Amino acid sequence: MSLPPEVDVVVIGAGPAGLAAATTLASVASVLVLDRENCAGGIPRHCGHYPFGFREFHRLMKGPDYAKKLVDRAVKAGVRVATGVNVVELEPGPRVGVTSNAGRSHIRSKLVLIATGVRESSRAQRLIGGDKPGGILPTGALQGMVYLEGRRPFRRPVILGTELVSFSAIMTCGHAGIRPVAMIEPNPTVTARWPTGIYPWLKGIPLHLSTDIKRIEGRSWVERVVLEGPAGETVVETDGVIVSGRFLPEATLLHGSHIERDPATGGPVVDSYGRCTDPAYFAAGNVLRPVETAGWSWAEGRAVGKAMCLALENALPARETPRLNLVGDALAWAIPQHVGTGAEAALDRLQLRVTRPVRGRLSMRVNGVEVASRRISTRPERRITLPLPHRSGSVEIVLEEE
Amino acid sequence: MTASAPALSGLFDVAIIGAGVVGCALARRFTLAGARVAVVERAADILDGASKANSAILHTGFDAPPGSLEQACIAQGYEEYLRIHPKLGLPLVSSGALVVAWTAEEEAALPSLVAQAQENGVTDVEMLSHSAMRDAEPGLGPGARSAFRVPREYLIDPWSAPFAYMLQAIENGAKLLRGAEVVGGRHEGHWVLETTRGTVSASLVVNAAGLWGDVLDERLIGRRDFSIRPRKGQFVVYDKSAAALAAHIILPVPNKVTKGVVVCRTAFGNLLVGPTAEDQEEREHATLVPETLEQLRKRGAEILPGLGAHAVTAIYAGLRPATEFKDFQIRSHEGRNYITVGGIRSTGLSAALGIAAHVERLAGLTLDAPSTPVWPTVSNISEYAPRDWEVPGHGGVVCHCEMVTRREVLAALDGPLPARSLAGLKRRTRVTMGRCQGFFCSAELASITAGRLEHDMADRIE
Ligand SMILES: Cc1cc2nc3c(=O)[nH]c(=O)nc-3n(C[C@H](O)[C@H](O)[C@H](O)COP(=O)(O)OP(=O)(O)OC[C@H]3O[C@@H](n4cnc5c(N)ncnc54)[C@H](O)[C@@H]3O)c2cc1C
Ligand SMILES: Cc1cc2nc3c(=O)[nH]c(=O)nc-3n(C[C@H](O)[C@H](O)[C@H](O)COP(=O)(O)OP(=O)(O)OC[C@H]3O[C@@H](n4cnc5c(N)ncnc54)[C@H](O)[C@@H]3O)c2cc1C
Repeated sequence: MSLPPEVDVVVIGAGPAGLAAATTLASVASVLVLDRENCAGGIPRHCGHYPFGFREFHRLMKGPDYAKKLVDRAVKAGVRVATGVNVVELEPGPRVGVTSNAGRSHIRSKLVLIATGVRESSRAQRLIGGDKPGGILPTGALQGMVYLEGRRPFRRPVILGTELVSFSAIMTCGHAGIRPVAMIEPNPTVTARWPTGIYPWLKGIPLHLSTDIKRIEGRSWVERVVLEGPAGETVVETDGVIVSGRFLPEATLLHGSHIERDPATGGPVVDSYGRCTDPAYFAAGNVLRPVETAGWSWAEGRAVGKAMCLALENALPARETPRLNLVGDALAWAIPQHVGTGAEAALDRLQLRVTRPVRGRLSMRVNGVEVASRRISTRPERRITLPLPHRSGSVEIVLEEE
Repeated sequence: MTASAPALSGLFDVAIIGAGVVGCALARRFTLAGARVAVVERAADILDGASKANSAILHTGFDAPPGSLEQACIAQGYEEYLRIHPKLGLPLVSSGALVVAWTAEEEAALPSLVAQAQENGVTDVEMLSHSAMRDAEPGLGPGARSAFRVPREYLIDPWSAPFAYMLQAIENGAKLLRGAEVVGGRHEGHWVLETTRGTVSASLVVNAAGLWGDVLDERLIGRRDFSIRPRKGQFVVYDKSAAALAAHIILPVPNKVTKGVVVCRTAFGNLLVGPTAEDQEEREHATLVPETLEQLRKRGAEILPGLGAHAVTAIYAGLRPATEFKDFQIRSHEGRNYITVGGIRSTGLSAALGIAAHVERLAGLTLDAPSTPVWPTVSNISEYAPRDWEVPGHGGVVCHCEMVTRREVLAALDGPLPARSLAGLKRRTRVTMGRCQGFFCSAELASITAGRLEHDMADRIE
């Protein structure tokens, strides 16, 4: 299968965001979706469990069925989906460099959408000590092994983290006949919201709060982990470690490109239309930030797709430049980084996260004047939104903690 | 457990114990000299000891003790690497090194180091003025006082090099026995080594057992002339985006114990900070310690303040086979046809080819060298030369961070020196070693490698 040298729109990533945008764009443009996996569908294709699809199809589906439906819908709308294609560079023009089994080539277009999703952070990034044996995996790799390859890397692992994805890890284990022997959370409370918080209890998996993995031991394969918690050091015999959560945008393509990256989100800097600092490039879905649900990413893809339809007709306002300012060290990030007045915005709300559990007053100031506020009591990983401002000017988000 | 049946039949001229970088270079050297060579390695794959983790610098030996065996071996090994690397397809990344002084005391030591370099035959070192130093490395932290440049220190691929040496040995007739630990042996006219997979007979035995060199001597010749004192070195590897921060290998002024914390690019396009130098008893485990890694990050950010903004890609640690002596411990034991090659502490990657030449001279065998030896080439995995993913027919990219193709993975599982462990596959291809550390490719890799490694990455769900 050969790739065309030129199309109207290139979409990088065939996950919910990319497919939703492509489907929207297909009525006005020729759209080519590129994905480096051998099958389209993004992360949901790897998640053989519920719940997906409620927002999009008004019913609960398993990830792979949901992914297939999104792909079918896009193809029906006239989108061309090419898999096994790695995008390796983003150039002004726009032009993207790719490699596939056919070798290297370049594709020109009028617009490009970056929808490359997220990944979990690694054991190395968390500087977890000990040996480097086999059997240490993020949830994503476990899900791929179990749901895509029908394989099981271990029998009695420990799970680090209590985010939603950590509970997906438990479900994935259950599906594969794997019995986790402990769930470990460095914070004093479970990160994900109740009732999922009682899940480990339901499954009889001991939950260790305020506990960290001090050391992983094993020569060729994991043999045990040493935990450090309120009761001091304990040793858990185990044959695997699932290092879950702490998502990061998969924004590798931005490194060394001409497009600005926000160190706070790890994704591209965008305005409220999802436009990057090169206005021929847009971004949507979890590449914008860690992390949202499939449904949210899909809706975002659709909205940014609409903005791109306008851009193709030169009907989008010029790029807005005032940069959002965050005041308060517990604020982790906020998008869009460049905010205008929000007229017909694709990213129609400010999205924020905090770095640690906080309680306090969150407010928005435009040119120093407060225009909105709300009380928050929240934790890392939890969604926080604010309306976009109605006036333009320099925007500050202020968190006053109690 | 030992088996008494031969694991490899026939009488070899030379049996080499250990397939670290030194054993690999020895195997190549003796094979090219015409010897029938057997290599016995305890681990499932080659390069599983000290050689699995180092800074990957091809040293000139400018700071080695003048007149030492180490200095001579580095000089010769360095020179031979430069000569053979194009033929074997091995990378050579020109970087040069800057030795940077951060204190008045270190600054005062620079002239004597320059003189020492001259004495070691590294005559192109040059003192840099403060501003020349800044021009050479604009990213250096404000504490940098002055520096000298060693223009011909290079970055190499620490795994492809020894792999290519062993591959060339095998393609010219050497036999490699992996997963076989030498547990004993007797010298009765010739040597009969007892291994966990059977016996190996040879006229000459070379002990290149690295971190176990003293133990092996004890087992085979009943004495030890040195004791291994493992010295751990931990590293932090930064994202490829950080590689632009430093062109040179940034070396500290060495002290008596260690070469100190280095900041340099890697042949794979990353930037590393390390190693530490921590003495320990333990010979197997190079334990990563989060607090120490944090300190390395801090030191890294003092050396290159720009580093603070870059993500960590990997962490690793290695063990140097140090001894109570400073120099290499290489000796031929009279009348026993036995040579110990021990204590190859912190420069073995650079010195290996020189050590091999030295040991060949010590052995004094009279052999007929093959007139047209085979020169295999290895697939390039350095970021500084064209890669397989750029060539059509690669079968798709498996590891998206390191851009490792299906064709490369399949090739590494096949051929005369196939990977037998996931670690071995990583060293041959770089799979799972990038930013995501296996998030995206582990599942596919588990299926591709199923049934081909000593420990499967995953088993089938019934
Ligand atoms: C392990 C894990 C489990 C999750 N579980 C859930 C869950 O249970 N429920 C839920 O709602 N959300 C879950 N999520 C969140 C998930 O990110 C969203 O559900 C959703 O997939 C986001 O859609 P997206 O389109 O932004 O990205 P993705 O679905 O991740 O799609 C991105 C696509 O881009 C492709 N790509 C990336 N880089 C390139 C490149 N350079 N060239 C070509 N193609 C590229 C990838 O192959 C991928 O197919 C999970 C996330 C992870 C990582
Ligand atoms: C932190 C660090 C940084 C370094 N940086 C550099 C650098 O930048 N440049 C440089 O030139 N050098 C560097 N070095 C040094 C270099 O890595 C070592 O000198 C070299 O790897 C030593 O190799 P070796 O073959 O002697 O030992 P090893 O690699 O340990 O090989 C010995 C082999 O013998 C096997 N073995 C042991 N016992 C038995 C037995 N009973 N039977 C069979 N097999 C056995 C082991 O499994 C092992 O594979 C560094 C080292 C470290 C640790």
